[in-house]
Amino acid sequence: MTAGTLISPATSNKAAMVMLWASASIAVLILTFILGYILIRGIGVVNLSFLLGSPRLSGAEGGVLPAIVGTFCLMVVAMLSAVPIGIGAAIYLAEYAPKSVMTGIITFGVECLAGVPSIVIGLFGYAFLVIYLGFGFSIISGGLALMFMVLPWIVRVSEESIKAVPMGIREGSFALGATKWQTMWRVVLPGAVPGIMTGVILGVGKAIGETAVIMFTAGSSLLMPSSLFDPVRALPYHLYILASEGISDQMAYGSSVVLLAMVLLINLAAIAIQKRYGRQYGRK
Amino acid sequence: MVENKIEVESRGLNLWYGDMQALKDITITMPENKVTAIIGPSGCGKSTFIRCINRMNDLIKDCRVTGELLFEGRNVYDKSVDAVLLRKKIGMVFQKPNPFPMSIYDNIAYGPRLHGTRNKEELDRIVEDALKSSALWHEIHDKLDRSALDLSGGQQQRLCIARTLAVKPKVILFDEPCSALDPISTAKIEDLIGNLKRDYTIVIVTHNMQQAARVSDYTAFFLLGELVEFGKTKQIFEMPEKKSTEDYITGRFG
Amino acid sequence: MTQKLGERIIEAFLFVSAATAVTVVAMITIFLVREGLPVIVKVGVANFGLGMKWNPIAMTGEPSYGIFPMIVASFYVAIGSLVLAVPLGLACAVFLAEIAPAGVRSIIKHAVELLVGIPSVILGFVGLVLLVPFIRDHFGGWGFSILACSIILAIMALPRIISVSDDAIRAVPKDYKEASFALGATHWYTIRKVIVPSARSGIVAAVILAMATSIGETMAVLMVAGNVSMLPSPIYDILDPVRPMTANIALEMNYATGDHAQALFATGVVLFIVVAVLDAISHKALKSKMGVER
Repeated sequence: MTAGTLISPATSNKAAMVMLWASASIAVLILTFILGYILIRGIGVVNLSFLLGSPRLSGAEGGVLPAIVGTFCLMVVAMLSAVPIGIGAAIYLAEYAPKSVMTGIITFGVECLAGVPSIVIGLFGYAFLVIYLGFGFSIISGGLALMFMVLPWIVRVSEESIKAVPMGIREGSFALGATKWQTMWRVVLPGAVPGIMTGVILGVGKAIGETAVIMFTAGSSLLMPSSLFDPVRALPYHLYILASEGISDQMAYGSSVVLLAMVLLINLAAIAIQKRYGRQYGRK
Repeated sequence: MVENKIEVESRGLNLWYGDMQALKDITITMPENKVTAIIGPSGCGKSTFIRCINRMNDLIKDCRVTGELLFEGRNVYDKSVDAVLLRKKIGMVFQKPNPFPMSIYDNIAYGPRLHGTRNKEELDRIVEDALKSSALWHEIHDKLDRSALDLSGGQQQRLCIARTLAVKPKVILFDEPCSALDPISTAKIEDLIGNLKRDYTIVIVTHNMQQAARVSDYTAFFLLGELVEFGKTKQIFEMPEKKSTEDYITGRFG
Repeated sequence: MTQKLGERIIEAFLFVSAATAVTVVAMITIFLVREGLPVIVKVGVANFGLGMKWNPIAMTGEPSYGIFPMIVASFYVAIGSLVLAVPLGLACAVFLAEIAPAGVRSIIKHAVELLVGIPSVILGFVGLVLLVPFIRDHFGGWGFSILACSIILAIMALPRIISVSDDAIRAVPKDYKEASFALGATHWYTIRKVIVPSARSGIVAAVILAMATSIGETMAVLMVAGNVSMLPSPIYDILDPVRPMTANIALEMNYATGDHAQALFATGVVLFIVVAVLDAISHKALKSKMGVER
């Protein structure tokens, strides 16, 4: 690259362009390769009895239904708690928070929580939820631990979406004699919903794929849960156990396909929403 | 000088943004069922003043007001006055049309619903009346469930006027309502203002002097946060008392 | 007046929601310290942080809790991942921001977004079944290695580096570029001498953030690291297995008790501090950039 004096600028420019195209292609190839490899190796395993069956012999045979159900339960608990709190926090930060030390601390807390490694959240969940509060290895412990992980994400996305709603809309509502909350609830939040939705859906994707947080909070039972206080083994943890304990590569590939399909569908849905509603205020 | 009853009156009004004084000792009377125009170069405080009348400046941090702004015989900055109720009686139309991202119908029904009207037939009637008064009914009566964002800029602004009328205010404040619009839409809004003054007291801020001359009965000229001259529009435009008023009106600055 | 009261109550609720995150952070700190500090005090800070030997379940004699090899391992694999991911990621970002036609850009952008979404356990799994045997067969060693960790972490870091650098590059004012072009510079020369240097602080922030994320990552490294708690020997042997701090916690938490469990919490404390410091530095880098631009 320092050969500028030996090679003409036009040539080095061309070479650089080729290199840049190549690096972008490599990035796309890596993605395609990983997805393709998993799909090709695992798609044959996935059928109805795999999806709807129960595992036998620690998962070496049978299906993954309890793990899918477990993942779903954990995700629902996490989102049901994270979404209202996260949106509430975002509204406060975007619209109510005065410029004060307290607000600074709150904002710092959100940023800080976003940076906590998931395994540390897992440790905390174990110490606080499983032991201290006595929830045991359970859906509620795992779900709440996941909530701690997705909460900062929900806050950030919602806050951005709320702030993106034009000031004029708020003024219009105030000028009609609306209170602050009426304005928030009736015009600002509806305007921010597409952005918040996208964020929430991406949050669901994160929650579904997360492993370290739930390893020692949700348990590893392969039985169907019957209450919030039952342990479950989420699909990604199931995949980890299958692969790392060498129980069954076939089942591991199959589980990967299912997990990947869930996560990709969710991400595509988020992209679609963004495309469809993203420019609500861009129009004339 | 003024025949009609005084609807809004400002007495020695001062306003600061932090340390910067934006309005200095403003005293004006705005008569009932008349159009009062406020003109002046940009940055002279005319928008700031009009936003004092319905306390929209409350939304701005570090904004401080002294003096009196009287409406219905009470100082609107008195502790006992609820800004929310005040804004119900003093409506406002903004520089940039700001319809809510919902249907045309819901835009107009927004205010009445806010203030407790739930009855469907009553809402229908309010919406129709408001659209008729804002000369929009015949254009859009068959597409009330369309998104308000699909309307043209001029239609959006008239929708915002209709939205304000639906709350049945006594006073309507217009903050440069035509500055984002084309000449044809502007003419429509000006006609509308002329009709509305039969039922409402109107205060309009404009940087367009011809507009002030066309629509208003009284004119106040602001310069650098101070009121330079206030009087009947005809008199201000034809024989201003102050030199700077004359300079501004004849286009020598601003 | 009841309306006023309602507004107050709502505001109070919103405040409580907003304070949740900071409360959780405070509680994480309290619980980690409460669980982890006693053992650090017991064995001594130096023996814990700089100790070379991790032997929590000693059959004979005293157990030892030295995590120095793991601290080294965490940094080692993270830096290794940056060595791989930064040049590639930066090139991709430059490509996206400066060269890619709109259609290509949107395809790659979406691909990058999808790459972010792939669960780390799946990347770990791919590493386990594909990368580890590949390294074993072609480079020698056991396959579970620093190299394997770095590659998997690089794949994870790549999208993050791309998207933040892309934003930073696109935030560079168009005037700079036009001025350089007007002086007869080629596009590449302009990119190298004007555009990338102007976006530098944003890119630095992205890189440090990626490092923090790599150090905090668990599943992907757990499955390919080999998890031997010793320093690689010789130290530059990237084909040696290691055990990063995250893997240490994940591996042993399920059966640890007493001092052993506390030592894992103490590992968590160290991890938490390292990542928090890196995050803070990254934030600082980003903020200072904003300061210059405004």
